[in-house]
Order: sequence, then C-alpha cells, then structure tokens
Amino acid sequence: MADVNFETPELKEYPLIPKLQKDVMAHSAPYVAKEEFQEKLGFPGELVDNWQQVAIDKMGELTDKYRSLQVFLDSCVKCGACTDKCHYYLGTTDPKNMPVARQDLFRKVYRRYYTLAGKLVPKLVGAEDLTEEVLDDWYTYFHQCSQCRRCSVYCPYGIDTAEISMAAREVMDTIGKGQKYCNEIIGKAQTLGNNLGLPEPALIDTLEGLEEEVEEDTGVKVRFPLDEKGAEVLLITPSADFFAEPHIDGLIGYAKVFHESGTSWTMSSYASEAANFGMFIGSYENMRKLALRIRKAAIDLGAKRIVFGECGHAWRVAYSFLNTLAGPFDFLDPKYPVPQHICEFTYDLIQQGKLKFDKSENDHMVLTYHDSCNVARASRMGDTPGGQFTIPRELIKASCNHFYDMPGYAIKEGTYCCGGGGGLLTDDLIELRVKGALPRMEALKQVVDKNGVTHMAAICAICKSQFSKVLPFYDFEMDQIVSVHQLVSNAIVLTKDDDSDSDSDENTEATEEEAA
Amino acid sequence: MSILFAVLFYAATAILIIGLAYKIRKYIKTPAPLKIPTTPAPTTRSGVAFRMIKELTIFESLYKSNKWIWLFGWLFHFGLLLVLLRHLRYFTDPVWSWVVFIQPFGKYAAFAMLAGLAGLLLRRIVVDRVRYISAPSDYLMLLLLLLIGGTGALMTFVTHTDIVTLKSYLMGLMVFEIRSLPTDPVLLIHLASVILLMAIFPISKLLHAPGVFFSPTRNQVDNPREQRHIARWAIKLESSD
Repeated sequence: MADVNFETPELKEYPLIPKLQKDVMAHSAPYVAKEEFQEKLGFPGELVDNWQQVAIDKMGELTDKYRSLQVFLDSCVKCGACTDKCHYYLGTTDPKNMPVARQDLFRKVYRRYYTLAGKLVPKLVGAEDLTEEVLDDWYTYFHQCSQCRRCSVYCPYGIDTAEISMAAREVMDTIGKGQKYCNEIIGKAQTLGNNLGLPEPALIDTLEGLEEEVEEDTGVKVRFPLDEKGAEVLLITPSADFFAEPHIDGLIGYAKVFHESGTSWTMSSYASEAANFGMFIGSYENMRKLALRIRKAAIDLGAKRIVFGECGHAWRVAYSFLNTLAGPFDFLDPKYPVPQHICEFTYDLIQQGKLKFDKSENDHMVLTYHDSCNVARASRMGDTPGGQFTIPRELIKASCNHFYDMPGYAIKEGTYCCGGGGGLLTDDLIELRVKGALPRMEALKQVVDKNGVTHMAAICAICKSQFSKVLPFYDFEMDQIVSVHQLVSNAIVLTKDDDSDSDSDENTEATEEEAA
Repeated sequence: MSILFAVLFYAATAILIIGLAYKIRKYIKTPAPLKIPTTPAPTTRSGVAFRMIKELTIFESLYKSNKWIWLFGWLFHFGLLLVLLRHLRYFTDPVWSWVVFIQPFGKYAAFAMLAGLAGLLLRRIVVDRVRYISAPSDYLMLLLLLLIGGTGALMTFVTHTDIVTLKSYLMGLMVFEIRSLPTDPVLLIHLASVILLMAIFPISKLLHAPGVFFSPTRNQVDNPREQRHIARWAIKLESSD
C-alpha cells in the first residue's frame, strides 16, 4: 500500500491550478484498523455484514446530531469556488481531492437515501447507491483530507469539508472500517495517557535527561516537573515534545519561560498528551474521553491554570472544544482564560517586560512562519480575532532579528496545511504527504529565494514531524523546521540560580525550594 | 388554461412554503454541538451579524475565492433581486411608490441577471474542474433560470403581453378568484418555468438560500472559552458518567 515509487512534484515559481487527472491517487489508502484497535474504541472489529444499512442509518443519525453536516449536505451549489483551494488537489491533481468532489462522495449517498429528488431521479441529481466501490472511494479519499478547513474559508456558505470527512470517518468506524493509525493512537492515549504510549518511568527519565542537558548548556537548573501537586500551571503538551526534533527544543523553551517567570508548573503523566485524535475520526465520545483526562489531571494536581504546548489540532480541541467536552472549569483561577496557549503565556510575559532576550543568539537563522491550519482557521489566541496570527509572530520577532512572511495567499487564514494533518501523518500515506506539501514548499521557496530565509518556524507537532520528513523531498534540509519556543529558548536570557525572584508568590515556593 | 395555471400556482406555492418550513425547522432543531466558526471570527453577536450581512450582500467569502464566480454570481443574484422587487407591481394595487421608483432599474436588471447566468453556465462547461463536479441538474437549473429570465426580458422589451389582464389574473389568485389569463406562449412558458422553480426549491440546491443563515462556520460567535457551549444530546453523555 505504501507506494514509494512516486515522483515529487516540481516546485513552480508561481502557483498554478493543475489540470485534473482522474484517479491518480486512487491507490493511496491507509492501513485498515485491526480488530483490537477498533474494539477498544467501541467500534466493530471488522466490516459488519449489513454494513450498507448500518452506514445509511448512521448517516441519518449524524445529520440529526450535527447541524453543520445537515446544512452543508443541502447547501452546496457546485459553484466551484473551492475546487482549487485544497493542497491535496494542487499537489496530486486527482479531482476527487477537490473539496466539493470529496464532499460529493458522501453527499451523493445522502441524496440517494435522504432526499426526495435523489430517491426519484438519482441520475439527474447525481445521487448514488452506497456500493462497495463507493465505500472504497470513501476510505481512500476521506483519508486524503487533512481537515484543514482551507476550503471553508472560501466557500460562500462556509461549507467545511472537515465536517464531512469527520462524519464519513465516523460512519466507517461504525461499520468496522476504521483507520489503523488514528484508532491505534486513540486507544493508547485513552489507556496510557499519550499517543506514543510512553509510560510514566520513560517520561521521568526523559525529563531528567532534559534537566541535565539544559543545566549543562546554560549553567541554570531549569526544572521539568511531572505530577507535582499544587503547581500553579498544568502544562498539556503533545507527547512528540518529549522526544522528537525539533519539538523537544520547543519544550525546553516552555520550561525556560516558566523558569524565568517564576511560575510553578507541572506536566501530568495521566494526561501527557495534548493531541486529541478523537477529532480526526469525528467521534465526540472518544474526543470527550481524552478531554476528560485533562480535567481529571487538573483536579488531581490542584492546578490553577491549564496551558497547552505547541500543537495545532490540539489547540483547536483545547480552545474551541475543551470547555464543551470537559467543562465547566470553575475550579481554576478565573483570572486566566481556560485553557491558555503557551504562546499567549509567553506573549503576556513579554508585554509585561518580564523576559529578556538576546536576539543575536538566533542570528544564524533567517526565519519565516508557517501558520498551522487548526490554529489559523479553527481557534484564536489573545483577545482579538487574528491574535492567532500576530502572537506567534511577535514571539519570533522578540527572539529573532530576521523574519520574513511568506506570500499573502499562503499564510494566516489562507495558510496551506503541512500535508500531514488530520490523522494522515503515517508512513503508509507518504506519497500523499509529500504531494500535499507542494503548495507550502512553493511558498517557502519564494522567501528562500527572495529573502534568504533559512528556517521555518511552526507551533504544531504534526507540522514539525511532517516537515522534517518531507522537506528533503524538495531539496531542503530536514532541520530547516524549528519550533517557535525553540527560538524563544535560544534567545531568552536566564537568571542565574542565586538571584531571588521578586515576582514570586506563595504558589512558587515549592519550585524555588526544589530549584535551590 | 386559467384554471390549470391557478391550480399549478397554488400547488407550487404550497410545496414551496411547506417544504421550506420543514427544512428550516430541521435546521433549527438540529443542534450544533461544537463551536466551529471559521476563524478569525467575530467575538460578539453584533460582529457575527456584520459578518453575515457581508456574506449576504457582497458575497465576501466568494470574493476572496474567485473573482469570476463572484462577478457572475453577484450579477445574477442582485439582478434577480431587483427583478423580483419590480414584480411586486403585479401583486399590489395601488403599486407601492418605492416599487414604482425601482421599475426602470428592475427592467434593466434582467440583463445583469442573464449575463450572470450565462457566465456561470459558460464556466460550468469550459472550466474542467467545474465540469467535473456538475450533475445534469446543475446545468438544468441554470437553463431553467435562463428560460425564466429570457422569456421575462422578451416580454419586457420585445413581445409585450397583455399586462393589464395578467395583473388582474394575479390579483384574482390572491383572493382565490380565477380570472382570465392571457395565453401568449411566451407568458405561459415564463409562468410554467417559475412554477417549476418554486416546486423544486425545497428539494434542490436552492436550499443554499435558507442554508446560508444556518451555517455554523459563519454564524457562530467565537467565544468558546468565555461561554460553555453544549448540545442537548451531549448533556446526556455527562449524566451517564
């Protein structure tokens, strides 16, 4: 299934809308989840006998539960505004990767069974029976959508293909045809606390190693606390931050910021994962189970605030859904939003003049910034709309001398997905991932050529992993992707241990005792 | 002919109203369990109202997307709006003064409407991406609207129908009185195609008209951290914990 015999698309100077080539990605489907991964999440282990009926019934259930789905299935006029907006279409040229065509795979079945016109004159209105071929198309092409919402920005009715992809994946899970990558990971996170399945001793080991490393580097004992009761801040961060590059450099950055601000903080081994793949498979129940772990961790540890590390879809679930799924959070300090993003946390400190930076530490780099899709189009930071664009950029500018934005069509609300989001960050989809990165790579190439950009910063664990993997396909280096808090980490000026911190309050006593 | 058209007209009106009411009720009753505005989104209700007004009047998202579709779509919709408002003169007596005022604009708006429709049809045929996503009904819908607009413009500018008799017929329908209907073929084609359009409205993609008001990505306030948002069916999950 994992086809390594493919050609990396050529980088063009200006983005062109490609001519469509039918079925060129029909072979790209991820591994199907085995019985054990399915059943852990409450889904049937394999395709059920009467799958057509179960799927059709589930479709009806979902249109009763989600207004978005019902309205989106009815409202599309096939105007074509979205057809050139998906990075997977631009990168693969397969017409079924045009947002409307992807939606229509689902919509044509909805029309056949749930609309009068589809029941009476299916051919006329493009309605179709749910056949095995249609199911195969669903599995193939709803796993070629990263749920990045770029299409929804440009649709005159705000139709969001992500909503339809999520619904389609939930229907497929319900009939026993789930995706291995997502479902295996959700199972791990629900039992072990994180997507990687890292047990508590491994976490402790990693964090101790980091403490030593940072002390060696800086001469300052910066702590990486785990499961410490009474800490003010509970940090929830993607588990990739514990070991992957450049994620881990971001984690070091958060720790230095907490250290410098004198804020006591802790991570949790029970909720050691910010990512929530329940969203990718459209499962409210599974998403909620993962979110409730965070609530429980906050209560058990007696935290006053919840702060999230750099992760795109995790921030969507945190910012937009956490209060819904696991709220109300009335037991936390009402002075702060619940939850906060680490970028908001650091930005506030910069605004208050509490952090000092030596920007020259990053002078070996010329930076650009990749807006992660879920942060850009499905969340916010700060008090005003668009804070999710300005705050990360302000952090970069506070810690670097050289920063240039990519062209306007490829950033902020128009940003292109990295190509690996939405539960597609798996090796069995590598061709899709490489091709889907094309629009971002083209935009990057422009600032590399024009402004001498050497590195691209991001605040998403999936983006960082994806770019590390696909940059080399486009003749860049894998380490040209960096974490925003890695830049903060490089530039932040740490106060030596013996300095007393005048801003500390009683909440930080524990930390200071430990640190002394 | 007078009776046939009266029956069809009443039936189409009933289908339109009942069908739309059914659909709108479904949209209202179906919860939006999660906050999913496409961001950056307004953080207040009035901000959302402004966003919706921009979507409805200047097709803001479409403008960002594709200038040709925007141009043709906007010409068609606002041509149609003016034409429809102008048609109020056939259903009111005395004619409201603002309807009298827009009469000349409404007449020539027919050309904007037809030009927009022609542009949309041309794109559907010529652009490979749009051709790929088009079902037969997508072409037929444009042809039906072109037929309505074309026969209408023909009667306005070329072969006038007996407008006094027609108005009397329409005023009669409104008080359930069947009077005589002019029988020139252009008028009958015009009326028949309008009746067809009304009848298919609630079962076709014309549902985008009510749908746009209910789109959660556009009409939700961006305040999930400040206000807990939860659907009825989701509360049930909580009580079963």
